[in-house]
Amino acid sequence: MKTKKVAIFESGGANFSSVFHALTRLGCAPVVTKSIGDLQKSDAIILPGVGSAGLAMEQLMQLQAIDFLKKQQRPVLGICLGQQLLCRSSEEDDTACLGIFPLQVRKLIGPRIIPHMGWNNLVKVEEGEPLLKGVDTLDNFYFIHSYAVEIASPFSIGIADYFGTFSAVIRRDNYYGVQFHPEKSGISGLKILKNFLEIKV
Amino acid sequence: MLKLRIIPCLDVKDGKVVKGVKFRDQVIVGDILDLAQKYSEEGADELVFYDITASSDQRTVDRSWIARVASVIQIPFCVAGGIRTIEDAESVFSAGADKISINSPALENPDLIDRLSSRFGRQSIVVSIDSYFNGQDYLVYQYTGDPSKMRSSLRRTEDWALEAEKRGAGEIVLNCMNQDGMRQGYDVKQLATLASRLGIPLVASGGAGSVEDFVDLFKETLVTGALAASVFHRGVLSLPGLKKVLFSRGIGVRL
Repeated sequence: MKTKKVAIFESGGANFSSVFHALTRLGCAPVVTKSIGDLQKSDAIILPGVGSAGLAMEQLMQLQAIDFLKKQQRPVLGICLGQQLLCRSSEEDDTACLGIFPLQVRKLIGPRIIPHMGWNNLVKVEEGEPLLKGVDTLDNFYFIHSYAVEIASPFSIGIADYFGTFSAVIRRDNYYGVQFHPEKSGISGLKILKNFLEIKV
Repeated sequence: MLKLRIIPCLDVKDGKVVKGVKFRDQVIVGDILDLAQKYSEEGADELVFYDITASSDQRTVDRSWIARVASVIQIPFCVAGGIRTIEDAESVFSAGADKISINSPALENPDLIDRLSSRFGRQSIVVSIDSYFNGQDYLVYQYTGDPSKMRSSLRRTEDWALEAEKRGAGEIVLNCMNQDGMRQGYDVKQLATLASRLGIPLVASGGAGSVEDFVDLFKETLVTGALAASVFHRGVLSLPGLKKVLFSRGIGVRL
């Protein structure tokens, strides 16, 4: 596992260092990159994201990454905005996204406090999913978002509830997305990242 | 269920964690990295790093410290101090911050909130407000990191909090100056009123001294987090001990 080359794709967001540090703690030597060449040399890709959907998609376009990301055989993990970018479209800036998941990203609406910010647990965890090995409804993860991915079978493998349920973890073949920040979620988050590193395609 | 957050705050001056009383008479209480790592491991739900003299010294928070702190913690990290422009924010995020908190620069130029929010997403923009009760009204103070430059902005606290929300803040931290460093309890009345009017999370700051202060705060207000400094730095309360008691009293914290 230690030799697994993970590329953190520097796109659309600003905070890549926390993902970098978390992977380093797991004994990995990740690269943070904007280059498609580096992504091609990697064994797995992480698409992090802090920022807004419109700007992030624009940046993926400028980096000519869209077709490349759509045709992956490698494990791909989208985090937070990165997960939303893997979906069909987002209500944020009315953005067409990568469309790997036929899912819509919707704005969280009041009367609840928005953003959904803080530590929350999953209310449903699909069994037998490699990304969720050892994870149950008692684990807490750090969420910070104003938009969320709708729920649809068979893609939604982890569901969270904040005055209404949404997809906290999604999967389609080798593509994974998590709405929370595993790199900021203490020991529970490290379980997810470790599981991701162990996924074989 | 969304958990209520306990947030230690590192007030930093000249490379050391300091703490004063009512924003004055700061003394050194510890080392930045030691405290950051300790709190992260002990179950802090978030860490705030606040370069307290950045705004009053006309500079931006020290980036090298942000990177070093980010590398030793596994929890959300909010950074504050003299962030005035999109470029400042960008470099603070890329050094390892998850959220940035702005205070005096937002008072100088409220439009900064709108611009930061549309560039980075509202969830990563915190507006921190130093609120002082003058006997009649709650007023917003600025340049509070330096007692000689501290002054009233003449804005009412609630007006400013609501304006910040409207402009795109994702969270408000309310520092109740009269209670700061006193360890005699949060300003529950002010916090309850403001929390009931905001549609974004409100974090309480200033006054924590005992477990009961946290219990009162969470039972009597809708705040989603409690920030505290001296009680943790001085070892009056331990994070794991505090959280265990809160949980046993029916308060939904992360254990």
